[in-house]
Amino acid sequence: MNIEGKKVTEKVGSILGNYQREKGMLVSILQDVQAEYNYLPKDALMEVSQGLDVPLSRVYSVATFFKSFSLKPRGRHLINVCLGTACHVRGAVRILEKIERELGINPDETTEDLKFTLETVNCVGACALGPIVIVDGEYSGEMRTDKIIPLLDKYD
Amino acid sequence: MTSLGSPDELETLRKSIIKSRDPNKPCISICGGTGCLALGGASVINAFKRGIQEQGLNTKVDLRITGCPGFCESGPLVVIEPNNILYQRVTEEDVDQIISQTILKGRVVDKLLYLDSKIGKKITHENEIPFYTKQKRLLLANNSRIDPNNIEDYLALGGYAALGKVLSKMSPEAVIEEVKKSGLRGRGGGGFPTGIKWQSCREAEGDTKYIICNCDEGDPGAFMDRSLMEGNPHSVLEGMIIGAYAIGAHQGYIYVRNEYPLAVRNAQIAIKQAEEHGLLGENILGSGFDFNISISRGGGAFVCGESTALMASLEGKVGEPRAKYVHTVEKGLWDKPTGLNNVETWANVPLIINEGADWYAKIGTPKSKGTKIFSLTGKINNTGLVEVPMGMTLGEIIYDIGGGIPGGKKFKAVQTGGPSGGCIPESLLNLPVDFDELAKVGSMMGSGGMIVMDENTCMVDIAKYFITFLEGESCGKCVPCREGLKRMQQILTDISEGRGKNGDVELLERLSAAIIDSSLCALGSTAPNPVLSTIRYFRDEYEAHIKDKRCPAGVCKELITYRIIDEKCPGCGLCVKACPQEAITLVQKKKPVVLDQDKCIKCGACYDVCELGAIEVK
Repeated sequence: MNIEGKKVTEKVGSILGNYQREKGMLVSILQDVQAEYNYLPKDALMEVSQGLDVPLSRVYSVATFFKSFSLKPRGRHLINVCLGTACHVRGAVRILEKIERELGINPDETTEDLKFTLETVNCVGACALGPIVIVDGEYSGEMRTDKIIPLLDKYD
Repeated sequence: MTSLGSPDELETLRKSIIKSRDPNKPCISICGGTGCLALGGASVINAFKRGIQEQGLNTKVDLRITGCPGFCESGPLVVIEPNNILYQRVTEEDVDQIISQTILKGRVVDKLLYLDSKIGKKITHENEIPFYTKQKRLLLANNSRIDPNNIEDYLALGGYAALGKVLSKMSPEAVIEEVKKSGLRGRGGGGFPTGIKWQSCREAEGDTKYIICNCDEGDPGAFMDRSLMEGNPHSVLEGMIIGAYAIGAHQGYIYVRNEYPLAVRNAQIAIKQAEEHGLLGENILGSGFDFNISISRGGGAFVCGESTALMASLEGKVGEPRAKYVHTVEKGLWDKPTGLNNVETWANVPLIINEGADWYAKIGTPKSKGTKIFSLTGKINNTGLVEVPMGMTLGEIIYDIGGGIPGGKKFKAVQTGGPSGGCIPESLLNLPVDFDELAKVGSMMGSGGMIVMDENTCMVDIAKYFITFLEGESCGKCVPCREGLKRMQQILTDISEGRGKNGDVELLERLSAAIIDSSLCALGSTAPNPVLSTIRYFRDEYEAHIKDKRCPAGVCKELITYRIIDEKCPGCGLCVKACPQEAITLVQKKKPVVLDQDKCIKCGACYDVCELGAIEVK
């Protein structure tokens, strides 16, 4: 995907400015870039590399090392299924499998219509409510397989 | 706000804040922690704001959005002061009644009180609820008394008094001596004595030194650091400033998980407020001591909880650990001496300075001092955060505070220490919980996750879960961890899918020994703990999977079948609709349904919808 050159320079430039172009802030910077584009576009990574004077290989290795980054465009809605231990013992795997069946995708994949991206997270620290599914940052606790379709139906 | 120029000015401000507050004025405290917000807390908060406005009570009632008091099971939680009335599971619809009855007429709304099912009685006051009475909440108690975004709340409760004392009356060496004498040990997992760490860092060569607060709480099932950072961020900042003074650092970092957005936000606000008050920045409280704190967000990598990996990540690199021949207190971040402690450790520091090391050292066991916060989760009635003195037994925590296992099920094990810890069986429920006792039985304190498992939890599945987790989180730098965990995962998968062979358990034990011996960092060297501890205490379950091709807990998909219990099935057809495979048919109205095993994919949808218990898993 190609995004307009000038815009990327501007947007990434202002993010870098927020961190005084500090190399050590690479992870936080990438997070802000991802928040802007919903994923990490190649052009933006190149801008980050140039702007921080860090080799592109280093930016790429950091972008692929951490779980929260995606190099592929993601859907309009991000579903995160918590697979922390507390959620696991309360049946999180069956919840995940149900969503996989409903959407026809595996974790880290996006539906063809770019509506949903499915991801898993290791723990969000709201263990009292397990199993938990988070859609676009909104938590739904005490999930059961029969609550999945009504939940997904809320989004368009 | 003008910046405070001395500890005396701080005390003057504190007095004026306290004087301006009427202790008898009603205050509605609502938990604004992640747990309660996920349960609908935000709409409750908005309803209170609206209700107060509508009734014209703006000047007569205070509304405080607080941090997490820990009783997540019963959220959203609302406490009405000054009478300490606790309302639980409050919904938007209850708000009008609380305002009209409790606030305006002083009456208690009975239906919102906590019911103690043991004695069959409703309990009115927060401090009388059994979940709280056995705890010793030195750190957590203030979470429900403070709006984390209002520094004045923290100051009113004596906040930053320890900092004032340190800067005006104590030398850095005296601070270190006090922390050493208190016996405080690192709460992040290792349990290393904090004072000794600080001393080594102070004595290390170099002018530039750093301190770091580790809030990369990656252990799945643990959220005490999240709760402290969200609920009482100033206590963590105060601990860090004192630590920086003791070590001689002028720059600090808070490394916080990006999965904790509220913790990030509250820490940012707290730093800004502390700076405005002259408690951070240049010439803190007129002492000549300078110190700044920056926040760095993690990217979702468990290994970054390891100190050297965390520092690599802070330098903008891939979070790979390095060998610790040279300790991080000598060469840490940017190769400078670095003192790293976790959130809970830092939050203990002001307490030790205020109350004194001797007082602190009286709490706990001979070698583990103070309290420890655990996140009690899994198959337990009272899920939440509990803070207890070191040395309390597992049984007391699980049964007296946690209220035991729900649904009349039988306790099987408790997992402590996260993926690096182990599973502890029922026979050891009398074990006093401290750093050394947990290690003796093959587990560890870790950062404080405590996940309770009942008879429906399969121990082979749990071992597979943790090894799968660790295999995914292994940074891949060294072979024993990267390849060894992959092999262990394969063997465990084979066992759980009915392909286990005689000798597999022994092979797992041999692989574990090799990984423990030869891994570079603690992720690898502790990774086999969940496997070793489940083999040690639940070998029979492994054997049932391997020899009888049976999963006694009814979890491992390939080894179980779902069955309809004809006597209990009224033929309501709910499961027929729920089944994605059309494997269940309603043969005749009001007659038991029939399940076709050939079509069944064991997804459990039928089991979830059946409210009559007419479907069993074997």
